[in-house]
Amino acid sequence: MELFAMTLVTGIMVGGIYALVALGWVLIYKCSGVLNLAMGEMTLIGAYVSLTFYSMGVPFLLALLFSLIIGFILGILTERIFLDKLIGEPVLSVIMVTVGLSFFFKGCVELIWSTDTKVFNPPVFSIEPIKFGSIIIGEVYLWSFVAAIVLLVIFVCFFKYTRWGLAMQACADDEMAALSIGVSARFVYAAAWAIAFMAAGVGGTLLGNINGLNISVGYLGLLVLPAVVLGGLNSVPGAIVGGIAIGVLQNLSGVYLDRYFPGAVKDIAPFVFMAIFLLFKPYGLWGWERIERV
Amino acid sequence: MSQEEMILKINNIEVKYHEVILVIKGVSIEIPKGGIVALLGANGAGKSTTLKAISGLLNHEDGHVTDGSIEFMGERIDKMAAEKIAKKGIVQVIEGRRVFEHLTVEQNLKVGAHMRKYGRSIKEGLEMVYHYFPRLKEKRSETAGFISGGEQQMTVVGRALMTSPKLILLDEPSMGLAPLLIHEIFNIITKLNKEEGISMLLVEQNAKLALNVAPHAYVMENGRIVMDDSAEKLRNNADIKDFYLGLTDHGGRKSFRDVKHYKRRKRWLT
Repeated sequence: MELFAMTLVTGIMVGGIYALVALGWVLIYKCSGVLNLAMGEMTLIGAYVSLTFYSMGVPFLLALLFSLIIGFILGILTERIFLDKLIGEPVLSVIMVTVGLSFFFKGCVELIWSTDTKVFNPPVFSIEPIKFGSIIIGEVYLWSFVAAIVLLVIFVCFFKYTRWGLAMQACADDEMAALSIGVSARFVYAAAWAIAFMAAGVGGTLLGNINGLNISVGYLGLLVLPAVVLGGLNSVPGAIVGGIAIGVLQNLSGVYLDRYFPGAVKDIAPFVFMAIFLLFKPYGLWGWERIERV
Repeated sequence: MSQEEMILKINNIEVKYHEVILVIKGVSIEIPKGGIVALLGANGAGKSTTLKAISGLLNHEDGHVTDGSIEFMGERIDKMAAEKIAKKGIVQVIEGRRVFEHLTVEQNLKVGAHMRKYGRSIKEGLEMVYHYFPRLKEKRSETAGFISGGEQQMTVVGRALMTSPKLILLDEPSMGLAPLLIHEIFNIITKLNKEEGISMLLVEQNAKLALNVAPHAYVMENGRIVMDDSAEKLRNNADIKDFYLGLTDHGGRKSFRDVKHYKRRKRWLT
């Protein structure tokens, strides 16, 4: 029982990180209908930037802030240079461009930071775990969870109440109609990419604090896909819940199923679950259902 | 109508899609300040394209105004981006009731108000829209994709109103609606024009209706303006009666067996 509770809590906390990255996916999808397949690499870049600043002796929070600022700039640059020309083109071509971007980013990362694993040194979060009764969790996980929840609240409010949040959703729904009433699609997309890059940066930095950073952290982008799909692609709460669900699932299957299916059942479980789940709820938990009038 | 002040002047424009497909060949339209002008024509005549040329949405579909000019209150707008044109006060209501389906009615309206600076003026705008469309107030928190067609059309017009426009380009507001609803919507459109002083360019298939609302109308065929007169005169024009109002010279129902129909139409197009 204790093992179960512990696995569950760890799962929730790890899920917090997935949720952060999933948030980036959702943001871009929500306002442009594009699945951004370069998300993992964006996470990687954000993480490396804060690591670089941190190794230069900048305090951790400041390093994180710098990584946010640079993420913001990179997001806007990416949109301006690669995606601006594609406004009004089919979504599929934009998705293909993001595949290209993911290779491009990966190449850049290898070029600048090489492929060795790097760690935050000295460690940012104390290695001493925090104890809640019999449940023990690492400090990093706790903070990731907190960050995910805070960002969740911020983004839900942003999309519900602010005019830019509404304009962004409008753009996703009908780009042409949004343009006709003066919503600037260019601005909306630039903002979405900037915010997504920033969210990825936070996620990546926290991830880097767990096991150190190398190029494989970028594969997280793909792992997060089930989380996003589970939550329903364009729902902010869905991304968070999906992220946490995947985290829990991964940990539980790692502990309980590894005996029967030795190997990497941990990595496959989320995808299997996603496939089964989609059979029953094709739009995910809270995704926009396609509204068809008969 | 040259002595009146014009809010919009389209001067002999030519529009090409993908740089090769010529769809509009020298169209000139003038809209007086605070007036309603109707644009009639068959399917594929280029009416919607003309509207998109004005609102700048054309660029979004890889079309461009390649010749001529469009002036809005004395300023050339034919090279401007759509969002800038909208900011100047021209808003297009695209055909087909394109609501933001997943947002509520009120959120739809709020998106229209996103250019307004202050929270208070958004509230005022909402009140004004609800004043003209009381039905929308009842449906304010419903998802726009699920309301009826008429209500969607109201939402779209209301959304355009929220931008505090000077000129509204209406593209077939009557499409697919029940006659009574069309009547209601056109009443509101006339009221908006009178009370708020918003100029309108109305594209319609329903010529009878359009000629009732607009004092002046243009007729388009094949990318050209083929006729341009006051509604009164157009209503009495034999060709218009025949092609658009479905009446023969004697005022009875027309018969397609009449060979003259085709020949007369042909004369227009050349």
